[in-house]
Amino acid sequence: MKDVSISKWWAGVSDHDVTYSFLHSPVTIVATVATILMFAAAFGASFLTIYTPFDPGSLELREAFMPPAWEQGGNSEHLLGTDGQGRDILAAIMYGTQVSLVVGILSVLLSVSIGIPLGIIAGYYGGWVDTAIMRFADIQLTIPPILIALMIDGITRTTLSSEVHEIVAIPVLIISIGVASWPQYARITRSGAMVERRKDYIAAAKLIQTPTAAIMVRHVLPNVIGPTLIVATIGVAVAIIIEATLSFLGVGIPSTTPSLGTLIRIGNSFLFSGEWWITFFPAFTLVILVLSVNLIGDWLRDTFNPKLR
Amino acid sequence: MSEQNILEVQGLKMYFDVSPPFVTRLLNRMPKQVLKAVDGLSFSIERGKTFSLVGESGCGKSTVARAVAGLYTPTGGDIIIDGQNLATAKDRSKITDISRQMQMIFQSPYASLDPRWRVRDIIAEPIRAFKLAANKEDEWRQVEQLLVQVGLSASDGEKYPHEFSGGQRQRISIARALSSKPEFLICDEPTSALDVSVQAQILNLMTALQDELGLTYLFISHDLAVIDHMSDWIGVMYLGRVCEITPKSELFSNPRHPYTRLLLEAIPDLKGRSHRKPLKGEVPNPITPPSGCTFHPRCPYANERCKQEQPVLGEYGPSQVACHAVEEFRI
Repeated sequence: MKDVSISKWWAGVSDHDVTYSFLHSPVTIVATVATILMFAAAFGASFLTIYTPFDPGSLELREAFMPPAWEQGGNSEHLLGTDGQGRDILAAIMYGTQVSLVVGILSVLLSVSIGIPLGIIAGYYGGWVDTAIMRFADIQLTIPPILIALMIDGITRTTLSSEVHEIVAIPVLIISIGVASWPQYARITRSGAMVERRKDYIAAAKLIQTPTAAIMVRHVLPNVIGPTLIVATIGVAVAIIIEATLSFLGVGIPSTTPSLGTLIRIGNSFLFSGEWWITFFPAFTLVILVLSVNLIGDWLRDTFNPKLR
Repeated sequence: MSEQNILEVQGLKMYFDVSPPFVTRLLNRMPKQVLKAVDGLSFSIERGKTFSLVGESGCGKSTVARAVAGLYTPTGGDIIIDGQNLATAKDRSKITDISRQMQMIFQSPYASLDPRWRVRDIIAEPIRAFKLAANKEDEWRQVEQLLVQVGLSASDGEKYPHEFSGGQRQRISIARALSSKPEFLICDEPTSALDVSVQAQILNLMTALQDELGLTYLFISHDLAVIDHMSDWIGVMYLGRVCEITPKSELFSNPRHPYTRLLLEAIPDLKGRSHRKPLKGEVPNPITPPSGCTFHPRCPYANERCKQEQPVLGEYGPSQVACHAVEEFRI
């Protein structure tokens, strides 16, 4: 009985337009595979590698500046070589990607959970509520996210002691990126809510005295959330870039915890002395990660909004 | 209010502020603009009967329906249902019993059902809102019964609205409206978005349900053939006012108001190209309505008095007519 329902479900899924579109887009398939591999490598880092590059106790200074395995002087124990303190680059990238993904995903979750409710409220009520929320969003959009993040980071850095700051650095980064990018989610949700609130199923719900909050949650939200979530996918890539930028500038993640941006910054100083691999591989990973997430987001947007094709 | 009337509307006024934004108005020295969608409308509906409002697009029919339903707060006038004045009631949610007794069927079968909800949840929404089911099973049972009652099958409850045609969706809409066991249904052009053959099915379903459940309908339409099929009493509306209230038999055999006459002449028939006189001109802008009788620019019987003085409803036989020409026996 259960097998029948599963095969029926699968028949439904494989017949579906979305599945068809996915299977006929090789770029998306490659991007999805790459993303899944990177997620697996990042979150399975502690099982996949024996190195713990950010544990000060495991530094091997004798193995510093080892090039990748295929270069002269390289060694198969450190596939992508080591940095100036003898840390394995591959392991560092795996742990770094983990931090980047966590920051990217959590900050988008934060901005979505600010942006969607505010967007629904603005679009549903209209009038001065709409004006107030959206003008506030406009004001915030005039300040680049990096500036907002720099400001929040600067404030926490001066008010908190350096030990406390290292603990709260990642949450602070998540909050500053999240707070900086809610307006775009609010805008998309608002435009959807403005269309939905005029439809008669909302009138039918009002007629039976459904409270406004319940109408927004039960009727408006499910009908407007789709486009917002698609944009959120691309938002993850943007958040990863902002995080990498901030870490590269040295204001984001402390050097004791790796992120891709931190690794690129550390490696950058060795670039001219010939140790190119220290900065190249983290940068390459960042490019592939952001590109893959972007391609998936683009595909989602095109598939669910055929007008943009 | 007489006992047999389920609804009485007296002097209903529904004004909308359509002024441009404050700053624009200030810069261009424009006055506030008010759209009088409904201006002093009165009618009453007998229990178990169908009262229809007919008129051209933009005459305020749907606004009346929505004001009676409580989706708009009237600018003035009274809406009395079961002795309770809904227009002045501060908070309609306090009188849940009235909102349970009054349901609405909407014009568009596509926008009136939430596309993300299953049909059984859509139909059960009023049941849940008014707590009419003892438990989940009772709720399912009621929903299945309603689906069968409107001519769908009980298994259709599992589907989503997009799996149905326009006519079937309108049946779902009717099932939702019936689920709170109302006495009074407001039907805002329920068939105007449907094919003619499907229109007939829906109208027959509605008349059958009326006989079975003793429902009262406030029926809005611009289609005189539909009006003929459904109504007991008819109110002809023009530009937010009612110009004639009449029993159905009188409307088609003995129309009195010049506007009613012109509407009836405009009905196409199957005899081919007959010599119909189309109604001249368009409905005037309700923001700046004509003086006196608002119909005078299009009325073949208009005279000086019509341009100055607004006519009021007077009794002529079974009908009520608001026209100076009728009053003066000019027509």
